[in-house]
Amino acid sequence: MRDTPLSACEKNFIIKALGDRKRLDGRQPYDYRKVKITFGADRGCCKVNLGQTQVLAQVSCEITSPRAVRPSDGVLFINVELSPMASPAFEVGRMSDLGVEINRLLERCLRESRCLDTESLCIISGEKVWQIRVDVNVMNHDGNIIDCSSIAAIAALAHFRRPDVTVDGSEVIVHPSDEKDPIPLSVHHMPICVTFSFYEQGKYLLVDPTDKEEKVMDGKMVIGMNKHREICTLQVSGEMLLMKDQVLRCSNIAVVKVTEITELIQRALENDRQARLNGKKFGFAESEPTESILTNQQEPEEIQATETQMDEDSEEEKGMNGDLKTERKSKVKILDKGVGMIGEGGASTWGVEDNEMTEELQKEAKVTQPDHKEVTHTTGTLNATNCVTLKIDLN
Amino acid sequence: DRKSQEMTMHLQQTFNAAILTSLHPRSQIDIFVEVLQSDGGNYCASVNAATLAVIDAGIPMKDYVCACSASYLGDSPIVDINYLEESSGSPEITVAVLPKSEQIVFLEMNGRLHEDNLSKVVDMAVKGCKDVYGVLDRTVREHVSQVGSSLET
Repeated sequence: MRDTPLSACEKNFIIKALGDRKRLDGRQPYDYRKVKITFGADRGCCKVNLGQTQVLAQVSCEITSPRAVRPSDGVLFINVELSPMASPAFEVGRMSDLGVEINRLLERCLRESRCLDTESLCIISGEKVWQIRVDVNVMNHDGNIIDCSSIAAIAALAHFRRPDVTVDGSEVIVHPSDEKDPIPLSVHHMPICVTFSFYEQGKYLLVDPTDKEEKVMDGKMVIGMNKHREICTLQVSGEMLLMKDQVLRCSNIAVVKVTEITELIQRALENDRQARLNGKKFGFAESEPTESILTNQQEPEEIQATETQMDEDSEEEKGMNGDLKTERKSKVKILDKGVGMIGEGGASTWGVEDNEMTEELQKEAKVTQPDHKEVTHTTGTLNATNCVTLKIDLN
Repeated sequence: DRKSQEMTMHLQQTFNAAILTSLHPRSQIDIFVEVLQSDGGNYCASVNAATLAVIDAGIPMKDYVCACSASYLGDSPIVDINYLEESSGSPEITVAVLPKSEQIVFLEMNGRLHEDNLSKVVDMAVKGCKDVYGVLDRTVREHVSQVGSSLET
């Protein structure tokens, strides 16, 4: 299903407001929306809210054989799903262009930047390694899915614990979590993606665009960076022309944003760790506010309404008052043996012909009946209706 | 697969920005690229080849689109990296520019690169693009003069 297009007046409004450095939700051009990171009860489950954009990431692990070119490296597999729950524009099935773009960006940001130490995932070189799989599900799309997904993916990877293994010759023993404590993954650094959107051929720049702002933009740039000021991925997309100094300016802004977000992730991880340590409850249910007073009160409003006349002759009124006069019991009239009638209409005119037939049949019967008796007189008269009546005298 | 889908999208964006599509309303321009042999720099070679093809077809563009890759190895930037250098894990920057105005049409980076070195590496890549532009322009002019002279006779 196609998304409703943005109207021309909305587009003009957004661009004009940018000229005065104003945004629809009142943010500054380089401000992020409120980021909320929560972890689930399962290890490796992370939900991130970036304003109204919501993304859920889950990390799981499995033992597989390694790739032929890298026999002693584990495998990191990332999958981003744009579920139709997120936006009416997303469809199930084949991945759209946007889906491919987000998948490739996250793959490059997390896998090719070597944020996860894959060599520590090796169990038996050339035979068995851990495959870490990150599934990212976009639950609501209100712009800037890329940033939200990257935060969720890296937070989930840092939160995840894999089962402990011992290698005994060629046997591999995987210990369940109640036998031996699961061990965390070795995350070297946390690359976070920051999205910049450009307007008016690069004149105006916004950080963290919302859905409406994304629809109006000329092009965007995604910079994936970690807090050590290393750029993990950079991509300029959209049909626009940039100058080199714009790119450099964006990377400077990105440094500041990434440090803030990394701090947020660390704090959230720490809170979760404390909660689990102290035996307190943890998970999504705990992070939802339950003790707030949920009432919604509204002052009575004055509404302008025109008075309507009640039409007395209207049929509807009659119909609405009490009994329905149109209700009829369905009566079945029995006309004759085996003949019934429902509804209006006269008696069946077929009955006349039937009677004639029965009369003739009766006469034939009379004729055939006294077979043994001699037929002495037969007189026949031709009626006006061309009906022959036989009058038979029988002695 | 995902990688070739991604490259298709990038090529499309690059040429959408460079070709004057408003001069060809209600028409579709198809560019088909076949990589015969790959030794690194697939995207760059595709862009340069497609530029020449579009010029040969007579479709008006804002300027030549030239692409080049660069990397940072050891402590110096290097230009036009091959497959071996790509797979060694060093960062790789691919840039497509309009050479005369030095406007960047496409920029992509893989691997990990420190922010301080970004400027140097991008400069290196842009310079590489300008050199590629020199070669492309010379080739086009030679070709045109050949065709022109054979028409005269």
